[in-house]
Amino acid sequence: MITFVQKVGRLGLSICTELGRASFFLSKSVWRKPRTGKKLHLLAHALFNSGVLSLPIIIVSALFIGMVVGLQGFNILNKFAVTSALGSMVALSVVRELGPVVTALLFAGRAGSALTAEIGLMKATEQLDAMEMMGVDPLGRIMLPRLLGGFISLPLLTIIFCAVAIYGGNLIGVQWLGVDAGAFWNNMQSSVDFRLDVMNGIIKSAVFGVVITWMAVYQGASAVPTAEGISHATTRTVVYSSLIVLGLDFVLTAMMMGGW
Amino acid sequence: MGQKALETWVGFFILLAIAGLVMLAFQVSNLTRYQGKRTYDVTAQFDNIGDLKVRAPVTMAGVKVGQVASIALDPKNYRATVILRMDNTAHYIPNDSEASILTAGLLGANYISLTPGFADQFLKNGDVISETHSAIILEQMIGQLLFSVNKDKTAGSDSDNANKTPN
Repeated sequence: MITFVQKVGRLGLSICTELGRASFFLSKSVWRKPRTGKKLHLLAHALFNSGVLSLPIIIVSALFIGMVVGLQGFNILNKFAVTSALGSMVALSVVRELGPVVTALLFAGRAGSALTAEIGLMKATEQLDAMEMMGVDPLGRIMLPRLLGGFISLPLLTIIFCAVAIYGGNLIGVQWLGVDAGAFWNNMQSSVDFRLDVMNGIIKSAVFGVVITWMAVYQGASAVPTAEGISHATTRTVVYSSLIVLGLDFVLTAMMMGGW
Repeated sequence: MGQKALETWVGFFILLAIAGLVMLAFQVSNLTRYQGKRTYDVTAQFDNIGDLKVRAPVTMAGVKVGQVASIALDPKNYRATVILRMDNTAHYIPNDSEASILTAGLLGANYISLTPGFADQFLKNGDVISETHSAIILEQMIGQLLFSVNKDKTAGSDSDNANKTPN
């Protein structure tokens, strides 16, 4: 019994230490003297790696998700003979929930894992230590651009996801199933509010972007510097950030629905 | 890949996101629908507004001429005070027009329909529409219908009795 309590205590303490370490890591990397201009090419590189290279998977899955929501929605709405509401259904479900969450999950799998593996390998091959020996701060040179790149890319990817998914719903609903185009777009416009629906979706994705990138970069920097350690760190990144995204999504939605 | 190609790709990515945001703002949501349009406010009081919501359309002859800006309860006479935000393009509505709350379809959303009057004066900012018709509440109507059917029956038998008794 005592050993069980002790185990719980040890678990709680280790969670707290880990959280504290991760927070110090984030604040040390992000809050530093701004030196814009010189290091912009590093940010461009990070944006390319986590943003541009994620575009194909985001666009393709957005198209298919929009199409499948259109198809499912049409079948349900057709039972009540209100297929004209298909536009609002597709737009609301995509902009509020599917867009931010699915993009975040794909981003965690595509960009988060790559970040962890890259930084973990840098650590395992002692590149980070070598950098420090040369008087270059790896937090500013390696971590900061990658963190900022992730923070910026995920909201942008979410916007692209939403636009493409709504186009996919339009493709199925209007072009294939014959819903009236005017009713589709007009009902969508009258039921989607820019601030309450679109902006809240983007805020959600910004929060997810911070959490996923933070998790990925921290896991890479704190990985055990062996092949096995890097593989564990990469797995942890994807699993933890997916779980956190789903949990946070519920909390954020509850806050936003509560008129916050 | 050279630095130039990389930067081009990043620029393309950002432009794509901006295009997506523009589409979400202008095509998907109602951001720009009523901004920039000049409007004027008109007040109307109803006994019962039923299921009327803020942002419901205001129409005349089926053409949309404005929307509901706010709904409040008048603390003095316990009627619903509805402020209609009319588009300036519809500035030629007679000020004795009637406002009625109608339902789109059998179970659809409520909207306000204006029936033109005959006055030479037009509605302007701050005017009050005095002639209003409440929303039709389906449950009340069914209740009244049942009640009047029952009353007809009992009234009929009563009058039969009344006719009979003198004889």
